[in-house]
Amino acid sequence: MSIDLQTVKKIASLSRISVTDAEAEAMVPELNNILGWVEQLGEVDVAGAEPMTAVIPNKLRLRDDAVTDGDVRDRVLANAPQAEHGFFAVPKVIE
Amino acid sequence: MSNLTDLTVAEIRDGFRSGDFSAREVAEAFNANVAAAKALNAFIVETPEKALEAADAADKAKAAGEALKPLSGVPIGMKDLFCTEGVQTTAASHMLEGFKPTYESTVSKKLWDAGAGMLGKLNLDQFAMGSSNETSYFGNVISPWRRSGGDNAALAPGGSSGGSSSAVAARLCPAATGTDTGGSIRQPAAFTGISGIKPTYGRCSRWGIVAFASSLDQAGPMARTVRDNAILLETMAGFDPKDSTSLDLAVPQWEANLSSDLKGKKVGIPKEYRPDGLNEEIAALWDRGIEWLKDAGAEIVEVSLPHSKYALPTYYIIAPAEASSNLARYDGVRYGQRDLPDGAGLQDMYAATRAAGFGPEVKRRIMIGTYVLSAGFYDAYYTQAQKVRALIARDFEQAFEKCDLLLTPTAPSASFALGEKQADPLAMYLNDVFTVPASLAGLPAMAVPGGLDAQGLPLGLQIIGKALDEQTVLNAGLAIEERAGFTARPEKWW
Repeated sequence: MSIDLQTVKKIASLSRISVTDAEAEAMVPELNNILGWVEQLGEVDVAGAEPMTAVIPNKLRLRDDAVTDGDVRDRVLANAPQAEHGFFAVPKVIE
Repeated sequence: MSNLTDLTVAEIRDGFRSGDFSAREVAEAFNANVAAAKALNAFIVETPEKALEAADAADKAKAAGEALKPLSGVPIGMKDLFCTEGVQTTAASHMLEGFKPTYESTVSKKLWDAGAGMLGKLNLDQFAMGSSNETSYFGNVISPWRRSGGDNAALAPGGSSGGSSSAVAARLCPAATGTDTGGSIRQPAAFTGISGIKPTYGRCSRWGIVAFASSLDQAGPMARTVRDNAILLETMAGFDPKDSTSLDLAVPQWEANLSSDLKGKKVGIPKEYRPDGLNEEIAALWDRGIEWLKDAGAEIVEVSLPHSKYALPTYYIIAPAEASSNLARYDGVRYGQRDLPDGAGLQDMYAATRAAGFGPEVKRRIMIGTYVLSAGFYDAYYTQAQKVRALIARDFEQAFEKCDLLLTPTAPSASFALGEKQADPLAMYLNDVFTVPASLAGLPAMAVPGGLDAQGLPLGLQIIGKALDEQTVLNAGLAIEERAGFTARPEKWW
């Protein structure tokens, strides 16, 4: 299974990373090389093996349904590239 | 008085307590070494004032006769993957340039609460992705080591904790934090002749550590001695309700229980770790390591980890998959860089921000991860990898029915020159061939220096233990440390 230029551009788009045509061209052999190498996993007999979910058995904890945080708006916004009127600001979403 | 920057963490702690020197003298000595070592590029941010502040607090507490904290008087370096309140935290990326967290990571907070002072934020591979510290946005870290015979080629300090390894080896700090996803504590420790331990997954809280691959990421210490690692790890480990995978277990007294007597212990030698073409000097060091552990009273048994050869490809599916998901948070909205081309909408802004903010290796891994998780390929890649991961973990379980710990090399080679392996991502990935399997199984594993190769560069041995059995790992590390007599240090050129 090898990937082509169009697939690379699609992956880039799904990843929300803009790439130029030249960058995408350069990635085709690179990604094929890596994917070709990981495909050797296909030869492993995994009959009876359950996919790993946790390396160390650990019960997922529940906590009390209580407010433990909040009232830190300005700290939440402190590192925002653009914050206005107490909100994160983004460019127009709806045309 | 000996040079303060040559002292270990234990020696600084004890010497400060007994009044041989003040905490301020120690902090000033290390601050001076940091300031004079720009050529190594080990630090992204230097915080001499933080080191002095902690030192003054320690001196004041001592003068007032107050109880001292476990790390009072000890300054350390902090890998720039740990969020530090008010101090820039970048993960060595352009994406987070200028990001000043409004909170402190659990592990760093535990260290400061224990009295340690911060010398600065240490450089690393971008988002901890790399094995040579060549992917940092803030430039390569240079190893303080050079090949013997007048070859002045700049060498890799290993990665991703390359700033940590370089700084500890060069005596810029007595110890540093690292993080290990597939070998990022152990391989750089081996490259620079120091020790480092990745504890069992879940021992150290991941809260406030910039996430790479959440099912693998673990914090751990890096220092020049096994004892120092035990001291640091005791402070760093412990249950944290803010990390859902944190283990709710008491932290053992690893330092107090250090013992290099291995009588009754069985050491497994995994035969699959000795492939054809294994570097002869590494094979020879491994044999010496076996003799050292025998000398310490251990019995040697051969074991088999049949799925070892599949560990790296498994890792390079799982780690990028988790990274692609974790790094989706960098959207140019809440923190970090934003790149907004003229007239761009929200989607264009995401794509432009991420194109400008991530380096090539980070983009490569996000894209691999996106691909293996995409519709139609998920089962073939990701589910298959998680099944193989379960088999790799089972290999270890079966091996540990016959032994108490495993001894292997840490890395397949000594340090290499910067630029030497940059062209081929796959060649770089192979650096982690001996460290990745323990990561996939969540097991504690440690690198200790064993000797120098013919080029005069350090080589390390790796000890892998049963889950939660850091004590045996540390004890075997101590047994090797006592017998290897590794005192070599890089000659100062920087």
